[in-house]
Order: sequence, then structure tokens, then C-alpha cells
Amino acid sequence: MSVLLIAEHNNKEVKPFTLNAITAASQIDQDLHVLLIGSKADDVAKSLSEVSLVKKVLHIDHEIYENYIAENYTAAILKHADKYSHIICSANTFGKNLMPRVAALLDISQVSDIIKVISPDTFLRPIYAGNAFATVKSNDEKKCVTIRPTSFEAAETTGGSAEIEKIDAADQTENTKFINREEIKSDRPELGTARIVISGGRGLQSGENFKLITDVADKLNAAIGASRAAVDAGYITNEHQVGQTGKVVVPDLYIAVGISGAIQHLAGMKESKVIVAINKDGEAPIFSVADYGLEADLFEALPQFLEELNKLNTIQK
Amino acid sequence: MKILVAVKRVIDYNVQIRVKEDGSGVVTDNVKMSTNPPDDNAIEEAVKIKEAGKAKEIIAVTVGEEKAQETVRKALAVGADRGIHVKVDGTIEPLAVSKILKKIVEKENPDLVFMGKQAIDDDCNQTGQMLAAHLNWPQATFASKIEVNDKSLQVTREVDEGLETIEVNTPAIVTCDLRLNEPRYASLPNIMKAKKKPIEQINASDLGVDTNPRIEHIKIEEPPKRKAGIKVASVEELVQKLKNEAKVI
Repeated sequence: MSVLLIAEHNNKEVKPFTLNAITAASQIDQDLHVLLIGSKADDVAKSLSEVSLVKKVLHIDHEIYENYIAENYTAAILKHADKYSHIICSANTFGKNLMPRVAALLDISQVSDIIKVISPDTFLRPIYAGNAFATVKSNDEKKCVTIRPTSFEAAETTGGSAEIEKIDAADQTENTKFINREEIKSDRPELGTARIVISGGRGLQSGENFKLITDVADKLNAAIGASRAAVDAGYITNEHQVGQTGKVVVPDLYIAVGISGAIQHLAGMKESKVIVAINKDGEAPIFSVADYGLEADLFEALPQFLEELNKLNTIQK
Repeated sequence: MKILVAVKRVIDYNVQIRVKEDGSGVVTDNVKMSTNPPDDNAIEEAVKIKEAGKAKEIIAVTVGEEKAQETVRKALAVGADRGIHVKVDGTIEPLAVSKILKKIVEKENPDLVFMGKQAIDDDCNQTGQMLAAHLNWPQATFASKIEVNDKSLQVTREVDEGLETIEVNTPAIVTCDLRLNEPRYASLPNIMKAKKKPIEQINASDLGVDTNPRIEHIKIEEPPKRKAGIKVASVEELVQKLKNEAKVI
């Protein structure tokens, strides 16, 4: 049997994490079909068909799918679930919202947030904020799996020419209405996929002081992250939160500034390749995961850091 | 309006967990246990709605072993009116919990069901959505703001891109984010009063729900350890190391 991957998109473009989920799905079974549920999303269908790991694109196009509503997506997925051994999507807010609804109606115990495919029924997943790894085997006949996107490479977006099959829409729920989405537009790299992330914590003391972080981020072409404490205190908006209940990031370089390093924050960044911690408290737990720790007052260290970066003639982009 | 709030007992969020040497799980003996943090937000929100005169009764429910009752007792101490403890021993997966909660919903007929968006032990993030599916109710997940109207809710959800607002008709399920509110502490008099509030005990086996796990835990292990790092003496040294040793800038 084939595997079915549910695409996340905005009717214009495929969201990047779908490409990571495609890689994971193809490791489960190479006969990978992608289900695209959207409205006027022909461009998305075309770009998915060009992903070389994709064997077929199922495209449902109807105005009721202009905005993503889990109830409507679920009804559409259930119409086609029969033919597949696995239903898969990314474990971000899109997939976390959607997949359990699908799994419950199929009477399947979902495997959430896998970081490795061991075999088509056995997976590795972090538990307890990543402080333990569980090897789990699903004994359900059909499986619902969500993928931690940062644990898999993004699939190549070229070289494929999969067939696009148009299929019918399902019923629409009357009980949920989309009102609006406040998307914060930014020219910076996305937090989830950035090569460099610089994050601020409670040590920044105010939203205005995040400017110190922003200046360095501009120089390094980095994404900006934050600890939960900084978001809770209103220094910065929620989509920047890194941690167990925020985003998980795995950049080449993660710079934690004024972040003590609570277990919940470490869960979101400790797989980063190189970690730098700048904190004036030498005993802060963040130093236990840092490759390079600098015990210093961030209000002095950050401007100096920027100055030193400016002295370098080349900065990798 | 009646609100059912589901709570879970988990290892306290401040505890550094230890993995058992035989790979069978994590150490829970003599470890501090607490209510799953976003479940505290769920209770708090229900209490605020009741205080605003928009709800008449709050029922706290938990599914788990004998001691799970503590989380219900805590919910009673911050404002829930009565409790339900569905007793079950051993591991129970979100799918089974959601089926048990469905039975409780059918018995109690609440207008709203609240719970935390995710439990910090298994990190599954499934139960609320699964319950919504079983009941064919709308779901508003990862809520950071809830506005209660006559027959609907307007819910602001924390999503990857920022904030999304949806409207759901009641009855509905809401899973709560940590930023929804600031959970209160129970006062001593309220803790004393909570001891007199009723907690109904139900055996999961009497509800006719199959609670056998479908997922086998083959092995629980420690994640790979990071190589110990170094402390640098100055910003200058840091930049040199990043440039010449780590080669990341």
C-alpha cells in the first residue's frame, strides 16, 4: 500500500515543513502520494508534482478550503484514507491540530512527532521535552504519524513529474468559521528553517531591548527566537517562542542571550549544531548545553559582538 | 452553561527526569508530581468564565491511577465544583483517554470541554482533538484567548505564523495554551473547602472502553549527550572561535 502525506500550503506555495515531511514519508514507503486540499491552488499542485519523491498528487480544489479548518480537512482525508497504509503530516501547529482528529475517526493510536523512521511500523520520538527518546512500534493496522520537520532534510523541489489527479470535495462543517489570521510578515529567514538563530530571554528586560538582538540578527541574517519567559512578559510575539510548547529549531548556530535555560527551552534548541550562551549568571543551566559560553552582561556583550562581527570581512549567508 | 475540564497528573515540570537503566521508562518513584501545566490554564479559564456569570458549574475530570485524584482535588481548590476520577492502572494512550472522556461527556452533557493543549510527559498533543472527533464537535486548539458568546466562542489560537481567530459553535472543545491566563494559587481556606467537595470514582472497565495500548514502547533511552563546551573569556575570543573553530559565521 502507499502512504498519504497531507500538504500544508497557503493556496500559493507549499509550506517548507511539508518538504521535510515528504522526506520522512518516503522513508516509510516510496510510493508516496500527496493530498492537497485547497482553493484555487493549481500552482501548489504543480510544484508538489515536481518534487521528485512524490509519485502522485491528489488535488481537491473547492472554495470551502480557502482557509485551513481541521474539521473540513479531516472529512476530505477520510474519504481517501482506505487506500493508504500511513497518513502523514508535519508536527507543527498545522499537523498537531489536524492529525489526531483524523486518527480518532479511523480508531488509530497516533504516533506524534517522530524524529527517525526505524521501519514502517517503528519510530523514534522524543518524550519529556526531549529528555528521553522512545522507540515505539505501532500495532494498528493503519498508521497516523506526524513528523518533526527539523529532524529530516527538505525534499528536492525539482526533477519530478507526478500525475495530478483532481478529486471531489467533502462536506463542510457549519460549526467552525475562520475569522482572521494575524501573520507577522518579515524579511528575515523563518525561525524553523534558519541557518542561524539568535534568541533573547528575560535577561533582555524589555521589548525595546530586543533591538540589541535584532541588530545582530540583521548582521548575521539570522532568525529571531525567544524564551517563553520573554514571550509571556510581552517583549516579543508568540511566533518567536522556542521550546517544548513553542517551536523546535535545529540551526547551525544558536545564540542564546539572557536565557537561563529552563528544561522547556532546551527542548526546543539543544539539537542545534553549535550553541552559544551569553548570560551574566555563570551557573545558568544554559551553559551546560553551550559549546561556547560567555559569562557577561548582555548589554555590554551584544554591542561588542556586533562590533566584532563588523570587523570580519566576510560573513556566510 | 456547564464546563468540563480534563486534567492530567504528570512529573512536575521542574524535575530533571531520569531514564530507567533497563530502558523500560523513566523514574517516577519519589519524584514530585503535579498537574500538567496547561491543564492549570484550562481550569483557570473555566473559573474565570464562571466568575463572569457565564457558567454555572465546573466539573474537573482525570483519567489515571489512584493518585491522579490529587489533580482533581487541586482543581476543586481553585474553583471547580465537583470532580470525576476515572480509575485505570498502567499506561493509557490519548486515544483511549479520549474515548473515556466521550463517555463522561455523554453522561454530563457539558457545553464546553477544556483541557491543556499538550501533556508535558508524552508530549503527544492529541486528546482534545480526538475527543472533538469522537463527539463530532468543533475544536479550537492552542487557545490564547477565549471570548464566550451566547451559542458560540471566539477563540484566538497560537499558530506557527502568529495568531489565528476562529469562531466555533457550542458545544465545543478548547485546548489551552500557557498564555491563555495566569493560573491562581489555591488559598488555604479553599484547599480545606475542596476536601469536602465530591469526587465521583468510576472504573474505566465499567465504561466499556478498550484501554489496551496500541503502541508498544520498545525502549526508552537517554538522548545522545552533547560534548562539553568551553567558556570563553571575551566577545573577541567568541567571535574568533565561531569563525575559525566552529566555522559557522
